[in-house]
This record gives sequence, C-alpha cells and structure tokens, in this order.
Amino acid sequence: MTEAIINGLGGLTVGFQMLAVDWRNGIMIIVGFVLLYLGIRKDCEPLLLVPIGFGCILVNIPLSDVMSNEGFIRVIYDAGIVTELFPLLIFVGIGAMTDFGPVLAQPSTFLLGAAGQFGIFLTLLLALALGFPQLDAVSIGIIGACDGPTAIYVTSKFAPHLLGAVSVAAYSYMSLVPILQPPIMRLLTTKKERMTVMKPIAKPVSKTTKMLFPLVITILGGIIAPKGLPLLGTIMLGNLMRESGVVSRLTKASENEIANVVTLFLGLCIGATMVGSAFIKAQTLIILALGFVAICLDTVCGVLMGKVMRVATGGKVNPLIGAAGISAFPMAARVAQREGAKWNKKSYLLMHAMGANAGGQVGSVIAAAVMLSVLAGMGIIR
Amino acid sequence: MDNLTFGITMLVCGMGGTILTLWIMSLVMGLLGRLFPEKPEKKEA
Repeated sequence: MTEAIINGLGGLTVGFQMLAVDWRNGIMIIVGFVLLYLGIRKDCEPLLLVPIGFGCILVNIPLSDVMSNEGFIRVIYDAGIVTELFPLLIFVGIGAMTDFGPVLAQPSTFLLGAAGQFGIFLTLLLALALGFPQLDAVSIGIIGACDGPTAIYVTSKFAPHLLGAVSVAAYSYMSLVPILQPPIMRLLTTKKERMTVMKPIAKPVSKTTKMLFPLVITILGGIIAPKGLPLLGTIMLGNLMRESGVVSRLTKASENEIANVVTLFLGLCIGATMVGSAFIKAQTLIILALGFVAICLDTVCGVLMGKVMRVATGGKVNPLIGAAGISAFPMAARVAQREGAKWNKKSYLLMHAMGANAGGQVGSVIAAAVMLSVLAGMGIIR
Repeated sequence: MDNLTFGITMLVCGMGGTILTLWIMSLVMGLLGRLFPEKPEKKEA
C-alpha cells in the first residue's frame, strides 16, 4: 500500500520532473506570459495575442495533451487550420468590415498597394539565400504581406511547422507598424516632399461601382490567379454583403460573431504550435528577423513608389502615403496621416492614405494568390 | 530547380504578376467609375 501511495504521489510530481528535464518548456511558458503582457497591458493586437499566449502556455505545460491526437486544441487545429478554413472565415469578416471606397475614388492608389508587397518577394530571396527550403522561404516571405490570415493560410498549406513563428512575426510586426514605419518614411523623403498638401478626393463613388468592385475583382483575380481564389473570394464575398446592404444580419455576423469565434480558435491553435522543442531554435530567431526585414522593405518600396507617382503627377502626390500601401488596415493610413500632419499642419493625407491602405489590403491577397499560381505553374505545388 | 532560379522566377513572375494584376484592376475600376458615376440626389419638389 505504501508503494501505491508513493506511486500516486509520483504522478503528481512528474510534471515538475519533466519541466526540469526540458528547460525549453519553461522558456516558452515565459514567452506565453510575454505575449499575454503585450496583449493585455500594451494593447498590442490583444484579440490574438491573448489566445496565442494562453495557447502557448497550455501546450508547454509538461505532459500536456491538448495537442495530442485527441486533445481539444488538436481537434480545433485539424478542423480549422489543416483545412485552411479559419483564415478564410476571418477574410469574410475583413471584407465585411472594409470600405474600399477610398481606393475606388482613386484607383491609381492600387499601385501603391502593389509596391507594398515587394517585401514578400525580396524576403523570399533572402530566406533562400539563408538556406531555407523553397516552400519554407515562401511562407517566411509572406510575412511581408502584413496580413495575418494570408500568412496563416499560406504557411499552414506549405510549412505548417513554421506556423507559430510566422504568425507571431506577422501579428507582432503589424502591431509595431506605428513604430517601424516613421523612421523609414523620414529617411526616404525630403522635407519638401513630406510637406506636400494633396487635394481632397472630391470624386464620390456610386453604390453600383462599390457593388461591382467585389464581383469584378473576384472574377478578374480568379482568372489570373485561380490558386488564390479562396482568399480573394472570401474577402470579396464579405465586401459584397456589406455594400449590397440587403444582408445586414450576415454582414454583422461575419464581422462580429464569426470573426470573434474564429479569432479565438485561431489564436489558441497558433499558440499551441509553439511547443518548446519545436520553437526554440536559431531558425525561429532568423524568421522573426526576416519578418522585420520584410515589413521594412514593404515600407521602403511603398514610399519609393509614392516618389515615382509624385514625379509622374508633377508633384501632386505626397510620397508618405506610399507607406500605407500595406495590409495593416487602417493603422498604416493613420501613420501616414500623422506623419504628414507633423510636417505640415495643413496637410490632410488620411483619405489618400486610406486609398493606398485599401489597395494594400487587396494587394496582399493578390500577391499571395499570384504567388500560389506561379508555384503551381512551376509545378512546385499542385 | 535550384534556389537561384526559383527565387528570381518568384520575384519576376510574382511581383510582376502582382503589379500587372493590380494595374489591370485599377484600370477596370476606373472604367467602372466612369460608367456608373455617382448621381446627385434629386431634390424633392
């Protein structure tokens, strides 16, 4: 009987023993706390960082079986990440929340949204140069889309073992856009350029155009890059529901209930991929560094495109709006507005920057779609 | 396929394809904006 009691007590201490055996779990529990701190106290993407941080803690508790074959997070992971369903459902919500009016009022700002995707491809090259396998490099490059769901969609498809690192990088850097972008914007522009006052957008956009936009983009984008149709189709479905105005219940459900539930599950699943033994590697640090480079390169290329547009329009464009050509919506637009107003109190760039930002939202999805179709064309994926 | 060929192909086709697609989209949306301009609201008599 004594032996049975000792064995029973042993069962209660085995977790502590395992924690001592593999120190990486302990480190990851601390990482989980850091993510929770950033989300709760610093308000950095709390909707994601809180479930990610908690998922990270859950999975790193020794002998935790939340990600074992019948673990509850494994069930959610298999249902929503392996099937790529969660990022797509999030996209319906994003489409339902986004007003593409500013980019439709000034369609040329689509080009700023295109320039803001350069970071994806340049970072892909860097990742290849550092020796990452080709599909891993694609998943790392996609951090440059500055778009969490797109990064998760692509990574879960081609490099699921990198999902934790790529997702954390994508969401962390997105929330750091207000800190990362301004120094680059100042470095690449002259004072005269930053002080440029842009004329207000006077052209209103008709309801018909707003409703045709998601349909045209889906068909056109789908024909050019069919592999990315799930990404493009879901965001545009959400937007069509919003603009049609006849399915307000579905629109509200997409942007609230569905998006909230999926965000919770998505965060938990991402956190649960951050197991110490798989996450604590030099590779993870390199991915985080490459993600940083990707977002900086996006900003650089966006501002440079803004400068090109300034030359092409005879000085009418303030190149600062180019930095908003990324997918972090509407944060990047606000950064451009704030930076412009800092140099010229009469400068009101918000609507122009919103156009570039909405263009960046479409641009990131198009870039991922094009990337997938090019990979399929090369025979690397099916 | 070696990494250099892969990387350059992705850069050229991927970025080129993205710019081209968005440029076409901007043209189409510009055209739609002209075909369906916002009509001023009619004032009630």
